[in-house]
Amino acid sequence: MSALSGQSARDVRARLPITDARAMSVVAPVVFGAALLGLWQLAVVALDIDAYVVPAPSDIWSELAANHATILDGALSTGRNALLGMLAGALVGVLAAVLSSAVRVIDQMAVPVVAALSVVPIVALAPVLYTLYGAAVDTARILVAALSVTIPVYLNTLRGLRQVSAVHRDLMTAYAAGPLQVARSVTLPTATPYVFTGLRIASSLAVISALIAEYFGGPIGGLGKSITSAASSSNYPLAYAYVVGAIGLGLAFYVVTLLVELWFSRHRST
Amino acid sequence: MRAMTSAAIQVTGVHRVFTRKKDQVVALDDVDLTVGAGEFVSLIGPSGCGKSTLLRLVADLDAPTSGSIQVFGKPARQARLDQDYGIAFQQAGLLPWRTVSGNIELPLALHGYPKADRRSRAAELLELVGLSDFAQHHPDQLSGGMQQRVAIARALAERPRLLLMDEPFGALDEMTRERMQNELVRICAETGAAVLFVTHSIPEAVFLSDRVVVMSPRPGRIVDVVAVQAGGLGPSQDRTDAVRDAESFFHSVARVRELLHGAPAPGARGVEAR
Amino acid sequence: MTGSTTLTRRVRQLCLGLLGVLLLAALWDLYKAFGPEAGVTVGEQTLVLPRTTDLAMPHTWEMLQRLTEPVTSARDAPSALSAVLDASGFTLGIAARGWLIGVVVGLVLALLMSRFRTAESALLPWVVLSQTVPLIAIAPLVRRWGSALSFGGFEWTSEHSVSVIAAYLAFFPVAVGALRGLKSPDRTHVDLMTAYGVGWWRSLVSLRLPSSVPFLLPALRLSAASAVIGTVVAEVSISLRGGIGRMVVEFAQSAGGDPAKAWAPIFGAVLVGLVAAGAVGLLGLALRPFALTEPVR
Repeated sequence: MSALSGQSARDVRARLPITDARAMSVVAPVVFGAALLGLWQLAVVALDIDAYVVPAPSDIWSELAANHATILDGALSTGRNALLGMLAGALVGVLAAVLSSAVRVIDQMAVPVVAALSVVPIVALAPVLYTLYGAAVDTARILVAALSVTIPVYLNTLRGLRQVSAVHRDLMTAYAAGPLQVARSVTLPTATPYVFTGLRIASSLAVISALIAEYFGGPIGGLGKSITSAASSSNYPLAYAYVVGAIGLGLAFYVVTLLVELWFSRHRST
Repeated sequence: MRAMTSAAIQVTGVHRVFTRKKDQVVALDDVDLTVGAGEFVSLIGPSGCGKSTLLRLVADLDAPTSGSIQVFGKPARQARLDQDYGIAFQQAGLLPWRTVSGNIELPLALHGYPKADRRSRAAELLELVGLSDFAQHHPDQLSGGMQQRVAIARALAERPRLLLMDEPFGALDEMTRERMQNELVRICAETGAAVLFVTHSIPEAVFLSDRVVVMSPRPGRIVDVVAVQAGGLGPSQDRTDAVRDAESFFHSVARVRELLHGAPAPGARGVEAR
Repeated sequence: MTGSTTLTRRVRQLCLGLLGVLLLAALWDLYKAFGPEAGVTVGEQTLVLPRTTDLAMPHTWEMLQRLTEPVTSARDAPSALSAVLDASGFTLGIAARGWLIGVVVGLVLALLMSRFRTAESALLPWVVLSQTVPLIAIAPLVRRWGSALSFGGFEWTSEHSVSVIAAYLAFFPVAVGALRGLKSPDRTHVDLMTAYGVGWWRSLVSLRLPSSVPFLLPALRLSAASAVIGTVVAEVSISLRGGIGRMVVEFAQSAGGDPAKAWAPIFGAVLVGLVAAGAVGLLGLALRPFALTEPVR
């Protein structure tokens, strides 16, 4: 006991394991990005490049500032579809993975369907989904986002459910724990970070899928529709302002899911 | 002398054969062993001698190919279902998402103890292993030795009369290891539990045990049993650091080494530890 | 384990897989037979299950049957199946080129990032960010840039644009996977190389590249699927005829009178994806000696 008195209690507050965040890892990408933007601006001005080919960052910025309200509206509309799709897709993916890990036959029956879904461009399903649900509702877009999330979440969760370490399994046997107890105290907590890894991988995919689905039809509103309508009226800087909005939306989804993933795996370093 | 009628462990004629593809590996060959109530028995031997396999059979984590295993007079399986033993492995095996206190409470939670009881029992055990300040830490914030203490506290949670320990100090450095041994002696004295302890360290086995069971590999067999307590070291509960310098300690160590090497070790001739 | 038991296991897996597909088809037709015509709505107006009218939801056998019928009513029209196969081949070819470009770019980026820590901190966030850029935005851009290009006998076509866009999606898994693989060797092995006094180049060849293989294989497969997705989407956004992407849009337009037809190119898309993933899988067999260990994640 005396041996411990010298040990100061370490900080108990849970922290995100962004451990080796050095100044360099913030400065370097910012410098690189700024240099890229500067070169772009310089090239457009110096070579007098037409906005039809590529507009100057400054023009995009002024369109962004002038239209931030409509861009935000579009982002909200697309973001809502992506979010609903992501939640639905994650739910289905997790439930299916739990089912597959519990019943081997289901796992094997799912193999070809999962293989097909993981290689098919989900957005190619958009037209038939519009036919199935009608072009007046957002369901087809939500479904496209959901389908693109389901597979990564399913595969990662399934892997996570199989990661239970031998010593934990022995421990549960030694405690004569029932199947539900094992699931609740060991299997599901082990798999949780994997669920969020799948979700993080799929997050920006969900946004892009929801956005591209707009391109295939459906109601007005949303960034995808706005990009195409601005481009078809030759307002290229505005089109790019919408693209910047789309990038921001995708990035927001990515960062949020990344933080959630880090939070859930914060004690897993050992 | 302890009464052998209420033996903690009774292993009779146990064989365990592993079949891997076409190969058959005899992990245990006709093993008999009795561990009395409150007795500390170590299993020692080189890798592959089946010492861990024997412990897993007693814990009913694995089943013997033939032979019988009784724990407190009932089949091993029944003893497991009745939670008659506590267990600790070489890896601490703590659940990384639970706090230290939550890990100790785990078996109590699984077996339906009310929350208040769990809390107070965990606090008690943390006191016993000297980690009261770390109750709300997570395992990744502890050193290896501290994690292993938590694992031992967890094994003691339900006041078992038998502890099964599979090289619990195997991954620790020598200093930490000796300190943990001293603590284990103290804990055993306080709880009065019988212990089956697997190790590959000769001094550790001799220091901790009433009897040391020496095993040999291919096939896994018991070579001999060294009665450390009868050899002059006294009951395992009363050992202190001074024992490590006692002459009878060295005699027992030499005797175990001799048995492990299959030939008398130089300088140990004539020493009769039995 | 003997040969015959692995064979029976394979057959069993195949049968179960087939059963899974049939079950899905049965579910589809059962819902079509018994589900409400207007679909199932949750809350105010959120349609969660589709409409079951013949126009919205064809029978599964109609989808298959439609493949054997002529594409259009023109007299010499080929069967829908052969049209889909043609388009699949076209798309697969473009995707393969895109995949190759993507793999090369991804590997170069990964090498650069594993060599210089500053390069990693500077580039990696942008590599991740690049995948949040919607393809439909860059597709017309690439075509415009490409059309301005012409040197010697080489002429930039829309097919090249589509390949480049496919590469834009395909490079990402390779860059990230290869970087992770190149950084995967144990500290001990790296120290060993340093102790031997071996330079970066030699330790790359003898340690880092071999140990990156287990990470590289799934990345290459993922990148093949991405290349197919990129190709299909790019075909749509720059209206390149001949491939699956354009066919999806065209056939969907006739869905009003011929709902089963819209499903034909989707089967083609699945086929292209499976063939692409399978081809990369074969490549994996060649690299198998290195893939002794599975990646942790």
